[in-house]
Parts: sequence; structure tokens; C-alpha cells
Amino acid sequence: MRMRHRPLRLMPDRRPDPDALLASIRRSEAKATRGRLKVFFGMAPGVGKTYAMLQAARKAHAEGMDVVVALVETHGREETQLLLEGLPVVPRKLIAYRGTQLGELDLEAVLARRPRLAVVDELAHTNAPGSRHLKRWQDVEELLAAGIDVFTTLNVQHLESRADTVRQITGVAVRETVPDSMLEAAAGIQLVDLTPEQLRERLAEGKVYLGDRAAVAADNFFKESNLTALRELALRLTAERVDKQLREIREDRQISAIWRSGERLLVAVGASPFSTRLIRWTRRMAYALDAPWLAVCVETPVPLTPEERKLLDENLTLARELNAEIVVVPDRDVAGTLVRVAQQHNVSQIVIGKSRGHPVLDFLRGGSLADRLIRRSGQIDVYVVPAEPRTGRSRWREWSLSAASRPREYVTALLTVLGVTLVGLAMQGLTGYTAISLFYLTSVILLGLFVGQGPILLAATLSALAWNFLFIPPIITFRIDKFEDGLMFGIFFVTALVTGRLTGRLRAQERDQRQREQRATALYQLTRAIAAARSVDEVLRNAAAQVQELFGARLAIFTEDPAQPGRLRLHPAATYVADEKEQGVAAWSFRNHKNAGRFTDTLPAAEGFYLPLLAGENCMGAMGVKPPAEATLPVNQRELLESFATQIALALDRERLRATEEAARLSRESEKLHRTLLDGVSHELKTPLAVIASAAENLADGPLVAEIRTATQRLQRLVNNLLDMTRLESGTLRLRRDWCDPADLINAAREMTADALRSRTVRMDLPAGLPLVRADAGLIQQALANLIHNACVHTPPTALITLAAGTDEAAGQLWFAVADNGPGLRPEQLDRLFDKFYRGDPDRAGGLGLGLSIARGFAEAHGGRVAAGNQPGGGARFTIFLPLEQPASVPPE
Amino acid sequence: MSTDTFQPEVLVIDDEVQIRRLLRVTLEGAGFRVREAEGGGPGLAEAATKRPDAIILDLGLPDLPGIEVLKRLREWSRLPVLILSVRGQEADKIEALDAGADDYLSKPFGGGELLARLRAMLRRVQSPEEESNARFGDVEVDFARRVVTKAGAVVKLTPKEYALLRLLLLHRGKVITHRQILRELWGPKAEEQTQYLRVYMTHLRQKLEDEPNQPEYFRTESGIGYRFSGE
Repeated sequence: MRMRHRPLRLMPDRRPDPDALLASIRRSEAKATRGRLKVFFGMAPGVGKTYAMLQAARKAHAEGMDVVVALVETHGREETQLLLEGLPVVPRKLIAYRGTQLGELDLEAVLARRPRLAVVDELAHTNAPGSRHLKRWQDVEELLAAGIDVFTTLNVQHLESRADTVRQITGVAVRETVPDSMLEAAAGIQLVDLTPEQLRERLAEGKVYLGDRAAVAADNFFKESNLTALRELALRLTAERVDKQLREIREDRQISAIWRSGERLLVAVGASPFSTRLIRWTRRMAYALDAPWLAVCVETPVPLTPEERKLLDENLTLARELNAEIVVVPDRDVAGTLVRVAQQHNVSQIVIGKSRGHPVLDFLRGGSLADRLIRRSGQIDVYVVPAEPRTGRSRWREWSLSAASRPREYVTALLTVLGVTLVGLAMQGLTGYTAISLFYLTSVILLGLFVGQGPILLAATLSALAWNFLFIPPIITFRIDKFEDGLMFGIFFVTALVTGRLTGRLRAQERDQRQREQRATALYQLTRAIAAARSVDEVLRNAAAQVQELFGARLAIFTEDPAQPGRLRLHPAATYVADEKEQGVAAWSFRNHKNAGRFTDTLPAAEGFYLPLLAGENCMGAMGVKPPAEATLPVNQRELLESFATQIALALDRERLRATEEAARLSRESEKLHRTLLDGVSHELKTPLAVIASAAENLADGPLVAEIRTATQRLQRLVNNLLDMTRLESGTLRLRRDWCDPADLINAAREMTADALRSRTVRMDLPAGLPLVRADAGLIQQALANLIHNACVHTPPTALITLAAGTDEAAGQLWFAVADNGPGLRPEQLDRLFDKFYRGDPDRAGGLGLGLSIARGFAEAHGGRVAAGNQPGGGARFTIFLPLEQPASVPPE
Repeated sequence: MSTDTFQPEVLVIDDEVQIRRLLRVTLEGAGFRVREAEGGGPGLAEAATKRPDAIILDLGLPDLPGIEVLKRLREWSRLPVLILSVRGQEADKIEALDAGADDYLSKPFGGGELLARLRAMLRRVQSPEEESNARFGDVEVDFARRVVTKAGAVVKLTPKEYALLRLLLLHRGKVITHRQILRELWGPKAEEQTQYLRVYMTHLRQKLEDEPNQPEYFRTESGIGYRFSGE
């Protein structure tokens, strides 16, 4: 089977691989937000998966979990039907298809219902045309992405990587497959196992299929030998999975004794149905080794037929779906290229199919592909997997079919041969018949520059025949008498054929090269255009032009609406107008960060192909591409479009960052201007006041001097209040927070209001051991001073003023209180006390009603609040609450 | 200090002519000689050529920021400098103090306070040598024996508490910024950890003040630092 021509290498070094660690972290992050999938896994229909699943669902339901049955197939089995009773069921969505009604999973309804757990039977089911997704597993994927847990059932034969093995075992081709990644991402797998005898008994009892179907099934799929093989497959898969989980746990817990094997696989992919098997084989091995793998296609100059091209694309798509990295390299030398790619990517093992090449050709080339590969592979292991018996057409037929050219080219070939024949007839007297062959040969070579291989072959053959018939004696017969004429004829024929084919191949190669170059150029031009573009509009218009030129397709760009986050709007640079349905597809792609629409399995009925515009983690919008009706989308074009999408997304992201930066700059500048203005006004108002106040201080005491001092203080308070209010209102207030001792803050406030308190009785009520508070000392002092001043203004001079502080441990707050035993507050005042320009005593002269409002503003700027009320024993009490934080501990001495 | 025999010269650097005149009246009334400069550049030139005994510097100068004037001055001179500023410029004051200013005064200021600060500043310059003991209220500190008593009873201080007390007493009457204290006691890495200071200051007040919640000697300069006041 396999050749392993080199002993195992030493284990790689045991350093924890940062990539592995990162992957492990991502896994646990993904686990946190995504729903969890549990798969009830079995070897064949009828083992009781649905039954086991419903039992588990009932148990969860009984425990109070929000469970809904999104879809369950009972197949008329009574015991299953019984289990459904009592569970909430989401009605199926009915889809009309060819005259019948098909009941499908109603994805919208389940998503809208948002249960904790949804039960979805038969993961491998293919949805009816017109559903959002082609396959049910994609529906489940979307449920999981929405954070809904899912219970589902699956048979081993439906697993993508095992489908082929199952076909070999049972002879039944499996069409409905589920990607292996689905099972790998499952949080839990429950194997529902029965012995083959038990299953056959159940079948006989009519518990699996009803009526005649049971008998037919027993003879075919349910043969004991089949079941035994399938069971082994299912058991082995579950065992592998347990093994892998164990490994993941090791990585999570960082027991670094065993790290990943360090293996990396490469599979050579070609345009053959056999490649599909090879891909699945490699994927199984990669999974078992926990190794990344590459699928490499070497594009030789031999042109492919449309069918082959399609097959190759399908193979590459399959490899991509199975999580392979795709590499496509154009080169003549397949073996050399494979080795080169393998070395570049640190591949440890190469997988190829056993070549069915021609023995003679192989000899000429220096051995079969496998031989050549093994000779050059050096340190790399080579696995050669045998092919199945040949079923396809021969290479020659493939080649001759591939030469199919347009009729016009055949006509051209025909006319050319006719023309040369006429010229030959006219010139024969001058040159002799041998030289005529050179005319023919020249014409065939020249033709090769203009027409395909078929017409060249035709021309070569016709030329040979015409030369023989009309010129080689005896003429007007195909007979050749002389030996040298025969030799000449043979050489001519071969030369014409070979040159014709060579020129044809050159042309094909050139065409391919041109296409590739065109794509590379397109990407390069787009990148350059984006780098140079002054605006996003320019980028998008450029992209639209490129898409039109390269794919003949129209382009629509949807960007996230800044006014309504999560909603898309069509960018004006679009070259087609997407209707509501198409916009829905774009929105799906945007929300799920996945391709959708035409050429995909999600909403494939759409007219356009939609790609998310992903810039790193951010999705900037979606890009729609609408190609002509009959177009296909090969893998390389799809990748080109994805590159386009990435480039556009990056441009959009850059633009977004630029806009944010610009807004921030504007706000900074406006703030700076504001601050400058405020500082200027502040300086101009305060300086003269300071001069007056300082001068008054130095005057000898007298009745008028006291008046000057009082008036100056009042003016200073007013100016300070107005400036504080302006700072609060303009939003330019910047806190300079620092750890403060509450007693210090109260003392400072007391000093600031020393004049007002001069003739007052003040009581301090500060418990020992008050915690520190992180605050802007200046602002809190000002707030407290305002409260103290307020108390002095609104109480008779004999009233007692109490300054207190304390903590509310439960609320995590520190409070400061200014209380008095004056008349207290009237109920109608309470609501409006802290309002701007509200004055408790409108009749009393003086004051703007700003002090309390400022106190509130400063407290709220600290994340705190203010409160006012009457005390039980009479008098008002104003309190400032500030949030407490735990300061970093003081180091011990 | 006697003003009869010695008339210290004070250089006032302020762009506001009214403030300059006010200062001149106040200072001359108290026996100082006064020079004036209306900007940072001329002020520096005056300081270099006339060698005054002290400088009163406004932080908000039009030609050269006050802090810049201070830094340039400190490159060659240890002249005592008193900073003048308005309320709410705490950050500027701290910067100036850290850059080597000796004290600050907020506008509007009383004449008495200005003179007291100025005299304390000049005294520190004239008698910089360390004393062997200090006394305030009923507290006595013996630097040589590292013993602190209050009302005759020995007060036990931890090494950091003692270091803090000694630092403040060494700079009697002068404001010391948080950063300066933290750097001195805990090293440059702890410059932002003001909570250390708050905690130690509370301890010190509880051990040495009569009314720890309304301290008489260990005064808080709000948002700036501490000052030991008391003769």
C-alpha cells in the first residue's frame, strides 16, 4: 500500500508552540460564545440515534432548560413518536417543490425563538431547493453561531472523509455528506451502538423500515458483513476523537511532555476523480496526526478540457472545505515542483496517487511520477496510494477532445491546404514535387499560430494526403512506389503533426500565462490604486472597473450604515442595483462573515456572489459580484475576488480610522480653543480682583475697608462659580485624581470658607480610620465649600454647622455631609435644589443659584452624586457621595 | 531678623503692572528693596546682573513661561524663588516646585502671608546648617539620638515615619511636593504612589498632633504636598 522509505525522524523540540497555544485560547474563546453541538453518532440507520437524542432532550427539558424540537424525523416509529410528546415543537416550513410540499427546518423561526437548546435530526440532510442553505448542517452551523446549543444525529457514512470508504464497503454511493470539521467542533459525541445481529433483528421486526423496504434493505445495505465494517468505522472514529480530545486537554493544561507531532502533509491534486479519494485519504491521515496539510496542484502546460477544469475545481474546493491550504503552481516539472513546494512549506510527508502513466513515456521521462518524486524528495516521506481500476477515457481521447476548436478554424485550415495545393500545382514545374512538401510544412507551422490543435491536425493530415495524391508519382493515386518517397512522406507526416501540436501547445500555454498575468496585474493595480486613492469612492470605482474587465461581472459594495450599526447600505459606486432579496444575501454574508449567494451553498439561488469585507476581526460590509448568467467561478477566480474583498475592506477600515482620528483631532482642537478662551477670560477677571483684594488686605482697618473686602469676596465667589459652571458645561473638565485624606478635604474647604464661618459654631464629626478616596482635591474642596457657604447663607448666625464624613461599606461609598440645625428645607424645594440658577429664597438679595449645581456637577464628574434632605432633629443636611476604590497596598517596612 | 541693618533686595518678575505696584508697596513697607521686571527675559537678565536676594516670579508670563524662567535660573543660581499663581493651577505649581522653586503663593494673597513666606525663605538660605534638635508644641525631636517625645513621653515611630518627620522638619515652613517626599523615602519608582504618603501622614498626625483631624503642624497643601508650619 504505502512506501515509507525513511525511518521516523526524531521528535521536534518540546518548546510549547505559540501557535498551538493561541489556537487553544481561541478554541476556549469560541467555546464561550458559540452554542455547543452534541452529535448522536451511529453506524447505520435504525440503531436508535433519534431515540437516544430525544431521551437526552427530555431530560434537559425536565431540568428546566429551554428546549425546542426544531425538526425530528420519526419515520413512523411509535416509540420515537411517544418521546416527542410534551416537548415544544417548532412547526416545519413548507416548501413547494415539483408539485409536492416538503417540510424543512424553519431556521428563521428557531433563530427568532432563541431557545437554549434546539433538537435537529439528521445532520446530513439536503434541504429542498429554495431554502437558505443547501445542507442542513449549514443551518445547524448558523444556530450554533447564534449561541444556541444543538442536539443532532449522524451516521458514519455521511461523514465527508469516510464517504469513500463506505462506498467501497457497501457499494452504495453516498451523496449527502457533512464536513468533518462539524464533528470535530462538536462539544460532545455520543456513540449509539448496537451489534449487527441486534440491528438486523430490529430490521426484521419492522422497527427500522416499514413493509417491503425492510426486506430489500436487509439484502443490501444491512448485510452483516457491511454492518460489521461500518460499526468498526464508527467505533474507530469515536476512539480517534477521544484520543484527540485528550491531546487538546493536554495542550490546554500545558503539560508539555507531548507536543504536536510537527508533521505537515502535502497531497498532489489533479483533474481526476481519483484525486477526490486521495484528498480524503490525506485528510484522514492529517486528522489522525493532528497535522496541517496542503493540497497542491501543479498546472502543466497541457490544456484542460472544460470537464477536467471543473473536476479540478471541485477537487480543490473539496480540499479547501476539508481545511487544506491550497497552493496552485504553474510548472512543467511536476515532481520538482512538488518537492520545491514541500520544502518551502516544511512538509514532512507527500501523498500522491499511483501513476497510470504509459510505460514507454515513463521510461523516457526518467521513471513514473512516484519514482521521480522519491528520487528527489530527500528527507520527505512519500506515500503512494494506489488508484482504482481505470474507468475513464484514454489520455489520447482526452487530448483530442480538448482540441475541439471552433468550426471557423477548421474552415481556415481547409482553405489553407487548398490554397497551398493550388500554388503547388502552379509551381510544380519549377520546383519539382519534393519541394512542394516544404510549402505544406510551412503552411502547417504558420497555421499553428492562429488556430487550435484540431484544425492543425486536420491540416497536417490533409497536406500529407494531398501531397501524396497529387504530387508524389504515381499521381492521382495514394500509392508510393519509390522507397525514398515513402520515407519522405513518413517524415513529412510526423514533422507536420509534431510542429502543429507544439505550436498549439505553445499557444495554450501563452493563453494561460496571459490569464494568470492578467489576474496578478489586476490585483497589483487594485492594490496600487487603493494605496494612491484619495477617497474610498475612488477605490471602489476602481475595483468595479477591474471586476468588469476581468470577470465581465458587475460589482456592488455594501458598507455598514454609520447611523444604524448592523445594517448595510449600498455604496453609490455600485454598478448594479441589488434588490431586496439580494441585499438580504449581502446582509447574511456581512453578519456571518462568510461567502454567500451564487456559487455557494448558502442562498445559492441569488443572482450575485457575496463576500464579507473583512479587515482582521472587523467586518466593514459586503461585496456583491454579479457575473453573466452562464458564468462559473473556478477556485482561482474566487481567491482573486477574496483578495479584492480584503483589499477593499482594508481601504474601508483605513478610511474609518482616518475619520475617527479626524473627529478626535477636531474635538481636541475645539477643546484647546475652549480652554485657551476660558483661561484668558479667567485671567482677565481674576487679576484685577486679586489686586483689589490684596490691596484691601493691606489697608488699615476701617468700616469702608470691610465693605470693600466683603464686596470683593462676593465678586470673587461669583466669578469662580461662573467659571466653574462654564468648565462643567463645556465638558472640558479634566479630573486630576489622586489619593486624598477625607479630613484634609474638609479642612481645606473650611479654610476656603473661613470668612463666612468666622462667627459660626462649627462641629466636626470625623470617625478615625476613614479610607482614602481617589479624587480631584481642588474640585471636591470647592464642592464642599459651596455646601458650607450655602448652609451659612440659609441659616441664622446662631445655627450650628456640622461637617461630617463616613463610609457606606455596602454601597462602596464615602460620604461628606454638611448639616445645620436651621429651618430646614421645604418639600417643594427638594426636587429643584441642585438645578442651575435655582434659588431657595428668591426674595433674599444676592447669589445666582449656582453653588449647589456646581457641587453636584463636580460630584458626578467623580462618578458620585449629591443628596439633600431634612434631619430628624430639624435642619437641612446636604451629602456628597463618592465611590470608594481600594488603593494599592502600602509596602511594609 | 532685623530689617534695620540688612535690607534684602527682591526681584519681582510679573507682567501685570498693578500686581508689581502692589508688591512694591507691600514689600517696601516691610523694609525690602524692590526691583521689577515685566517679562521672563528681562527678569533673567536682572537676576544675573543685579544678584537680588530673592525672586518673586509669576507663572503666567507672556514672553517666556514662568517655569522656563525658573529652569534657566536654576542652571546657575540657587536664589530663593517664590512662585505666584492663581487658584486651579496646581499642576503648574507642582512642576515649578519640583523644578526648584522654594515656595508658592496663590493670588489673591494677603500682605502678611506674603511677607511671612518671603522671610521664611530668606532665613532658610541664611542658616542652612542642620539643627541637632527641634521642638514644636509639646513635641521634642532629638536628631542625634533619634528620639521623639510628646509631653515628655517617648513616641515610637517606625523608620519611615521618622524619616518623613525629619524631612518635613528639615524644610520647616516650606512646601514639599508629594513627588519629592516619595522619591526621598521610597525611591523614584514610587513617585505616583500618593496613598503611601497619606497613610504615613495619618500615622504621624495621630502620634504627634493634639487634634489629628485638624492638624496644626503637619499641614496639607491641597493637591500639591505638605508643609510643616510652626516655629
